Order: sequence, then structure tokens, then C-alpha cells
Amino acid sequence: QGKFTLLRDTRTDGSFLVHHFLSFYLRAGCKVCFVALLQSFSHYNIVAQKLGVNLTAAKERGQLVFLEGLKSCLDLVFGEEEEQPGQPSPLQFLSESPSDLRALFDFVRVSLSAPDSGSWKGPVLLVDDLTVLLSLGATPVAVLDFIHYCRVHVCSQLKGNIVVLVHSSEDVEDEENELVVNSLCHHSDLILWAEGLATGFCKDVHGQMKIIKRLSLQQVGEQDLVQVYQYKIQERNVTFFARGLSAAVL
Amino acid sequence: LVFTEEDKYGLYSNLLFKYFLAEGIVCGHELFVASAKEHPDNILKELPAPLLDDTHGEKLGDEAAAVKSEDFQDSMKIAWRYQNLPKIEASPTTYTKFGHYYDVSKKMPPELLQSIKWHSFYLHEELSSQPKMKACNMNSAYMRLLQSLQRIISQGGFDGSDPQKKPKNVLRIGIQSLGSLLWGDDICCSETPEDAHSLTKFLYVLRGLLRKSLSACIITVPAHLIQNKAIMERVTNLSDMVVGLESFIGSERETNPLYKDYHGLVHVHQIPRLNSLICDVSDTKDLAFRLKRKLFTIERLHLPPDLSDGVSRASKQELAGSAKLLSSGCGAMAIGKKHLDF
Repeated sequence: QGKFTLLRDTRTDGSFLVHHFLSFYLRAGCKVCFVALLQSFSHYNIVAQKLGVNLTAAKERGQLVFLEGLKSCLDLVFGEEEEQPGQPSPLQFLSESPSDLRALFDFVRVSLSAPDSGSWKGPVLLVDDLTVLLSLGATPVAVLDFIHYCRVHVCSQLKGNIVVLVHSSEDVEDEENELVVNSLCHHSDLILWAEGLATGFCKDVHGQMKIIKRLSLQQVGEQDLVQVYQYKIQERNVTFFARGLSAAVL
Repeated sequence: LVFTEEDKYGLYSNLLFKYFLAEGIVCGHELFVASAKEHPDNILKELPAPLLDDTHGEKLGDEAAAVKSEDFQDSMKIAWRYQNLPKIEASPTTYTKFGHYYDVSKKMPPELLQSIKWHSFYLHEELSSQPKMKACNMNSAYMRLLQSLQRIISQGGFDGSDPQKKPKNVLRIGIQSLGSLLWGDDICCSETPEDAHSLTKFLYVLRGLLRKSLSACIITVPAHLIQNKAIMERVTNLSDMVVGLESFIGSERETNPLYKDYHGLVHVHQIPRLNSLICDVSDTKDLAFRLKRKLFTIERLHLPPDLSDGVSRASKQELAGSAKLLSSGCGAMAIGKKHLDF
């Protein structure tokens, strides 16, 4: 309850983690607000079906609130001039000020505070992928503010969980990106870091996953617990194994 | 979204670009060509002619016989082409062959060109019209392009908005040399450009348009000119497929005996992972291309035997003997779900 999990990927695609958490929380009966900035609804739907969850049904019964970033953006950019005055687009920062992500936060707040939330266990906010906001022109400070507001509202007030995916690269070329990612790392309770193998591409081992439990946040003097596994992604699930012990080797 | 990094002199990337469009014509798709450099009419006149005879198909055996019936998803991938490698994005349901072959030395016959509907966007002709979209803090050239694209998509019924429109067809979009100075974007000129977000915003909106319509897009970008690596990273994140072409012209590799059979390397930086947890990764990532008089082929990089005494090779690994031809000739790169099944 009230945890902030950071999903991070470097040199590889960590979106399988997003799919996992989405189906995990839906199956657990939580109310999920999914801010999907990178892919379309049908993509997530098709993968979720393979994992045993029906997103359309979840949306209909009110368990899932889905913000399709791509569609919202199109509506904003190509939309008609007359807009309902009470409902600004969540991605309003694109046409308004790039340092104001308030509309996006309002969307999250409204969707997770709806009166029927009592019928679901704990609210969850899921974001894929936060670094896209930087590509769209939002300032890093605005992104961090947005996450901060979400944390206060979802984690502290509603005792819900937040899972956010960010993309980082090994060379520190993109300073804004590094700023956001590092800051989020410091504030996370759990970090799942999917990295491509340093030795290059391999058919049987798709990458390495570092799991960092930030025990140092809970108690002074505690060390963070770091575990490293390697993984291989398959059609319907992901297998994890200790380093060097992939099925191909054994 | 296929993102292609151009080679230094744009020779091969242009070739790929033309292949993509040529395949569209042969498959009966509609085309949308945008460029700030050359007038699209000229680009279209220069497309390679397809080899439509069956004898060629027999020679290549099972590569050509791949029968693929595929239900069209609502959204197609956008291919960023680095270099003008034509990528055959859509798998046509009416053809049993997957992809076609082209003869580079001949031009596409004009009757074929007229058999399909095509739209062009030449930046310098469009400068007079005012963009009607909401100001998005984006480069105005990009805004116009997006507006034009959106108009074509909704009028052509590619996004399914009008149920009365004709049976569904695919729109192939080709955008040449995006991000270059000709589009009014200065990311190729300096490391801290004034408007660093125009390209990425454009890509995001483009991605949205592609996801909600039956279209595939290839973009070529002079990536070697973009000095800000952060932008390249973001652009890669926003694209489905990223391919880089590195030609040997003018570099030290031109005279390197290891590469004497080839004209350049193909770097596949990213392949699409859509509608699935996994993506189809091939066994090898070392690909090279060569341009013969008639054919443009992409093959697994095969190093010639090391016959010199006592001198070790400059390059690292040695690939196994048989250079299996991965690619069929011009432009028949079957993407879709089976990504690198050339």
C-alpha cells in the first residue's frame, strides 16, 4: 500500500513489465488509472488478452480508466475549436505552457477519486512511459512536479500504488532525461531495472533485471537490497533465472 | 513507424525510399510522398521498375512462396528509414508473394504509376497556405505536413471514420530527409537547437495518426548531421523500427578488403514490438548491403576467407561459411510480423 515502483529500461524494451503490472493489478481487483502515452489501446488489449485479462471489459465495468495519449494528442491538435469549457484535454500542455502538467494531474485525480472507488481495492496509477512527456516538450521540473502531486494524492491520501516506466540510456547525453530518472530513483520504494546485456544481443537471454528494494528509505542505516536476474521473454510470460543459468546453457 | 538514418551522401537511403514507394504502387496502395528537397513528382518518376515475370520468382524458391494472409490491424507500424531502404511494410492480402523484386536500372512505367492514387507534399509549394491547426509550438513546416496528412487520411477513409468509403486500402507514407535544414528545423546545425522538441512532437502526432489509420510510413533522416544525441535517443523511443545505413563511400572501410563485396552496412537498432510481448529477432544482426547494376541486396555480413599469411584481421568476429542470402532482390524486405525474413 502506498508504494511507488519505478520501472526503468536501458538498451532494451521494458514494456513487458508494464503489461505485467497492468494485468496483475486488474486481476487483483484494484482500480487502475492507466496513462498510456506510447502505444494504442488495442496493443495493450491484445497483449493483456494473452495474459488473461480483458481490458475492454475492465473499462466497461469502471475498473480501468485508460488515457490513450496518442488519441488525446490527435484530438487536441486536430480537434475542433469549440471544446467543453469544463473539460480541458489532459495533454493540454502541448498547446499551452510546457511547464504545466496540471491538466494531466487533474485527470488522474478525477479518475481515481470517483465515487464508485469504494467497490475496488486500492487505486493504482500506471504510466507508460513518463519520459515521452519530455519528448513532447514538458520541462523536467514539470514532470517531477506532476509525479510529486500524484504521489501525494495516490500514495499518501488514497493509500494506493504508483508504477511508472521511464526510459534511460547508458550515455548521459540526455540531461533532462537523466535528471528525471535519477530524481525518481531516489524517491522510489522499489526499482525494477531492465537492461539489455552488456555483451550484446543474445537469443536466449533477452536481458538482465535488477531489483532494488529501497530499504534505506524505511529505516536509517539499512542498505538497499539488490538482486540481479536474467530473463527471457516468451509469448505469454517471462522466465527469470539466475545469471548464467539460462535454459540454453544448462 | 520506420525510421531510417541516412547514409552520408543519401545515395542508398534514397534507393530504399524509392523501393518503399514502388512496392506501394505494385501492391495498389495509395501513396503520400513528402519532401522538402526534391519535388515528389520527380521522386515518383524515378522509381525502379518491378520485375513482374515469374521466372525470377522461381529461381528464389521458398523465399518468394511465402503465403501470408494477414488480417489488417487497425494500426500499422511506422518505419523510420534511416537510409532509403525500401521496406515493404504491409503484407498485401491479395498477393501470394510477399514483396516484389525490382530492377534498379529501369524506371517504373508511367501506366503503373497512374494506376494508383497518390498525393504529394512539396514543402516549397505549400508555404503559402496557413496552417489551421491549433498552435502547438511546433515547427510550421511540420504542422503543415501533419495537417495535409490528416486531411488525406480522413478524406481517404483510412481511419475508418466514414463507413461508406470504399474498401479499405493502405496508405504508404514516405517522408524524405526530415529534420534537415530544408524543413526549417535546426537540429542538424547545432548542438543546442532553439526548438529541440519540434521533431519529437511531430513524431508523436505522426505516430498517433498512423496508429489510428491503415497506413505505414517511412522516414529518412540525416542522422549523421544531428549533433544532439539526446534527440536521437528520444526519436528512437518514439519509432517502431529504426534502421541505419552506413555506406562505405569515403570512409576507410571502402578499401578494407574485408568489405570489398559490399557497399555498406545495415544497422538494425530497433524492431517493432507490437501487439505482443516478444518481437521477432533474427539470429544475426550483422547485415550489409550492396548495389549491383540491377539489384540491391541485403545480406548477412560474410567475410571473405582470410588467405593472407600471418596478418590477422582488423575486424573482430568471423561469421560462418555460407553467406545465405537473406534478402531477395530489390526491396522485398518482408517486415510485418516476420521481421527479418528476407
